[in-house]
Amino acid sequence: MGESLHCTMCGKPATVHLTQIIGNQVQKLDLCDACAHQKGVTDPQGFSLNDLLTKHLAADLGPALEPVDEEGLICESCGCDVGQMRESGRLGCSHCYERFKPLVKSILKRIHGKTVHCGKVAHKSLGNSSFSKSLKDLEASLHSAIEEERYEDAARYRDEIEDLKTQTAELSS
Amino acid sequence: MTSFDDFIASKSSLIDEDRGAIPVVLSTRIRLARNMSDYPFPGWAKKSQRRDILTSCQGAIQDLPQMKHSSIFNVDELSALEQQVLVERHLISRELCEGAEGAGVVISRDQSCSIMINEEDHMRIQVLSNGFNFKRVWKQIDTMDSAIENQLNYAFSEDLGYLTACPTNVGTGMRASVMLHLPGLVLSGQMEKVVRAVNQLGMAVRGLFGEGSDATGSVFQISNQQTLGQSEEEILKRLSSVLSAIIEQEENARQRLLESESVKLLDKIGRAYGVLQNSHFLSSSEAMNLLSLIRLAIDLTMLPEDRRTTVDRLFLESQPGHVQLVAHKSMESETRDTLRASLLREQFQSFPPLKFSALDRSKS
Ligand SMILES: [Zn+2]
Ligand SMILES: [Zn+2]
Repeated sequence: MGESLHCTMCGKPATVHLTQIIGNQVQKLDLCDACAHQKGVTDPQGFSLNDLLTKHLAADLGPALEPVDEEGLICESCGCDVGQMRESGRLGCSHCYERFKPLVKSILKRIHGKTVHCGKVAHKSLGNSSFSKSLKDLEASLHSAIEEERYEDAARYRDEIEDLKTQTAELSS
Repeated sequence: MTSFDDFIASKSSLIDEDRGAIPVVLSTRIRLARNMSDYPFPGWAKKSQRRDILTSCQGAIQDLPQMKHSSIFNVDELSALEQQVLVERHLISRELCEGAEGAGVVISRDQSCSIMINEEDHMRIQVLSNGFNFKRVWKQIDTMDSAIENQLNYAFSEDLGYLTACPTNVGTGMRASVMLHLPGLVLSGQMEKVVRAVNQLGMAVRGLFGEGSDATGSVFQISNQQTLGQSEEEILKRLSSVLSAIIEQEENARQRLLESESVKLLDKIGRAYGVLQNSHFLSSSEAMNLLSLIRLAIDLTMLPEDRRTTVDRLFLESQPGHVQLVAHKSMESETRDTLRASLLREQFQSFPPLKFSALDRSKS
C-alpha cells in the first residue's frame, strides 16, 4: 500500500495509516503518534475514521462541499453558530438541526449516504398527530420489509398503517 | 451513590455466567444515543443544565423495572482506578470520565445494561451480552428505550429520527457491535484483507486492545457506521451477515493452519500454556496474546469447554485496572506485571494438561 509519510494534521512523520471506504468514497488519513493519540485513534474504546473526519476535518472539508454561504447563522435556542459547529463537528442543541438544515443535510449525506430516517419512531415525543408519513410510503416500506424478511419492521409498518387508517377514519366521521 | 465495593462484589452476567460463551464470538453490544428536547447537548450545556440533565435522566431511569437495584455513580466521585475498572468492563467510556459537571452512569444489577448520562449525548443506553445475540439484545434495549421515552421528551425529528450531538449518530442513534476473536485470520496474515472488505461494506473494524490488523489478543470489534436511512432491523441484519461471513473466514483460516502449519500452531499454544503456568512477569498485552492462544486451544478441544468462561474472565482481569483492583491500590506498571503473572500462574495451576491428540482426530 502506498502510504504517505506525513501526518495529515501536523506534517510530522506519520506512523498510523487509516483507510475507510464509505459508499464509494475512499477516505485516507495518515497520523503521527502524537496526533493519533490526541484524536483518540489509540483509544481502545473505539474510534472511527468517520467520527474523526466529521469532528476534526469538517472545517477543512466543509466549504468545498457547501457552496451556500451560511457564515454568521446562529441557533437562537442555544447560541451555537455555524463556525462553532464546523469547528467542533457537533451541534449545540436539537434545534440546530432545523436552523442549519442545508449544511447539516450535506454533512449527513456525506456520512450516511442518506438523509431520511426510517427506523424506530419516538411516537410520544413526536406527538402521534404530527406523524404524517403517507399511507403510500408506509405500504411501500411494508412491501420491501416483507420481501427482505425483516418481519419486525413489517409488523411495525403494519401497526403504523393501522393507526393512520384509524386516524383518517376518525377525522372523516 | 452506590458503594463501588458492593458493585464489584456483585455478580456480573457477562463475567460470571457460562451462558452464551462460544468460539470466535466474545460478546454483543448495542448502544443507543438519546437526547431530551428541552436541553442543549452536554457539550454545549451550562454546568447547571448538566446537573439538571443528570437529575432528570437518573429520575427516569431509576423507575424502570429493568433497573431495579441498579448501581448509580457520579463520575467525579469515583477514583481514577474505579473509573478505569468501569472502562475496562465497557460500562463507561473514557469520554465520560473527561466530562465535567454532571457526568454519571446507572448500571443494572446484573451489569448487562449501562446508561451513561452527559457523555456526548444526554444518554448513551447500552446493553451487553455474551455470544452472538442481536435479536435478544435489541429486544431488551428497545423495550428499555421506549420505557424511558414514556417519561422524558426525546429530541426526535420525523425527518432525521433521533437527534444527536454528533451527526454521525443521527437517525437510529444505534451502534451495534460484536467482539470477535480472530487468531486464525491474524496468524495467517489475512486480517488486513478482511478489514478492507468489511470497511467497503460500510462497517468499522477496530482492534479492542490496540489498533490495526495485529490487535493484541486478536480481539476485534466490528460495528455499523451508518445510522441514518436504514431501520434498526436492517442494520442488524446487514451486520449479522457480515459477521457470519467473517466467522466462516476465521474457521477456514484455522482449518488451513491445522492442515499446513500444525506444528507451528501447536508450538505456539504449548508455549503460551507454559508461560501462563510459570511466568513471573507479564505485561497486559503479552497476557492478552497468550490467553488468546488458550481460547483457541479450547475451540480446538485441546482443553475442556468449561474453561472458556475462565479464560474470558482472565482477559478482563489481566487489564491494568483490574489487576490493581485485586491489590486494592494503584501500582507502578512493573509491580502490576509481577502481580498479573502471579494471578495467572495461580489460575493455570489448576488447568488440565493440553490434549494435543485432540487435533489428530479433527484432522482425519
Ligand atoms: Zn501529527
Ligand atoms: Zn442549537
